[in-house]
Amino acid sequence: MNEALMIGGMALVTFLIRYPVLALVGKIDMPKRIFDALRYVAPSVLAAIVIPVVLLPNNKPIQQLPDAIPLVATLLAALVMWRSKSLLATVIVGIAAFVILRAALPLFGPVFGQ
Amino acid sequence: MTAVSTPRSEFLAGMRDTIPMDVGSLPFGIIFGAVAVNAGLSPFGAQSMSLFVFAGSAQFIAAGLVAQNVSALFIVVTTFVVNLRHALYSATLAPYLRHVKARWLPLMGFTLTDETFVIVFKRFEERGALPYGQWYFLGSSAVMYANWQLCTLAGIVAGRTIPNPLDWGLDFAATVTFTGMIVSMVRNRSTGLAVIVAGVVALIANPLPNRLGLMLAALAGVVAGVIGTSLFREDQVERLGVSSDVGPVARGQQ
Repeated sequence: MNEALMIGGMALVTFLIRYPVLALVGKIDMPKRIFDALRYVAPSVLAAIVIPVVLLPNNKPIQQLPDAIPLVATLLAALVMWRSKSLLATVIVGIAAFVILRAALPLFGPVFGQ
Repeated sequence: MTAVSTPRSEFLAGMRDTIPMDVGSLPFGIIFGAVAVNAGLSPFGAQSMSLFVFAGSAQFIAAGLVAQNVSALFIVVTTFVVNLRHALYSATLAPYLRHVKARWLPLMGFTLTDETFVIVFKRFEERGALPYGQWYFLGSSAVMYANWQLCTLAGIVAGRTIPNPLDWGLDFAATVTFTGMIVSMVRNRSTGLAVIVAGVVALIANPLPNRLGLMLAALAGVVAGVIGTSLFREDQVERLGVSSDVGPVARGQQ
């Protein structure tokens, strides 16, 4: 495979998705209805990224305790964001919770019979 | 806000606000670098992909396809499909950037990632079109871009010493930052409805290839939000921030 050709092609199509809309839509008067609808793009995309990661870890429903770790860490992160309004605190607590739970999991094994 | 907004202050604010996103994408970049060289890309190719494509999830999928020895054309077409959501991002931000000189737009288009879109959109939605909004955007882009290049490099260097980079589960980090942004954005019932509907559709459409489920879920969320606006009679409440009657730019220049 030609690596340079592949990367060049990827760069081109990606730019052609991102740039023209930015340039053209800025030139026209966007109808209010469309403008109002586009407010929902950001929260919708974020939900569409996050929710399958936490509820379908490895593309399967949660069956065992380890599968639930992303969900637990994410809920904790949501709580931190809600109370602190600090994204940095949220990230630190969320990642720390994830790492600690994964490391501590073998300790809980006997308790949950796993 | 007491300080007067200047290009410099906006650029720095964009950088500062995006740093938590860097923390979230840091492991993602390292894993990409490692996965890419393990998949058979040259170190130069892996870094070039980050330098010139600059689209995390598309790069990840491309690396996976390289490992499967599929054609370059197939990878390019896949990249196009995976990145389609960026057109929605551009359309969302464009009304706030109408006053920006045309020469800045290619750079902004090139550096428009999930992370920068979310951070910049939140700023624009809360404050309207800022006179120096493009500098906020570029500040956000700058830290995302620098972070992504350095993480890719670290991953390439570490590459062959990390046998199964995906098994570490560190790609989870981005989920946390995105969750934080969801919490900060859900301020009314219609947004809550959009989030729930997008999430449910994403779960159902999860088996679809090339992140098509993501695109479908995003569109469903937008439709749900619009329905929610009238369902909950939020359209009758004067929103804080941008009133699009006069256009965001007009407000920004007042």
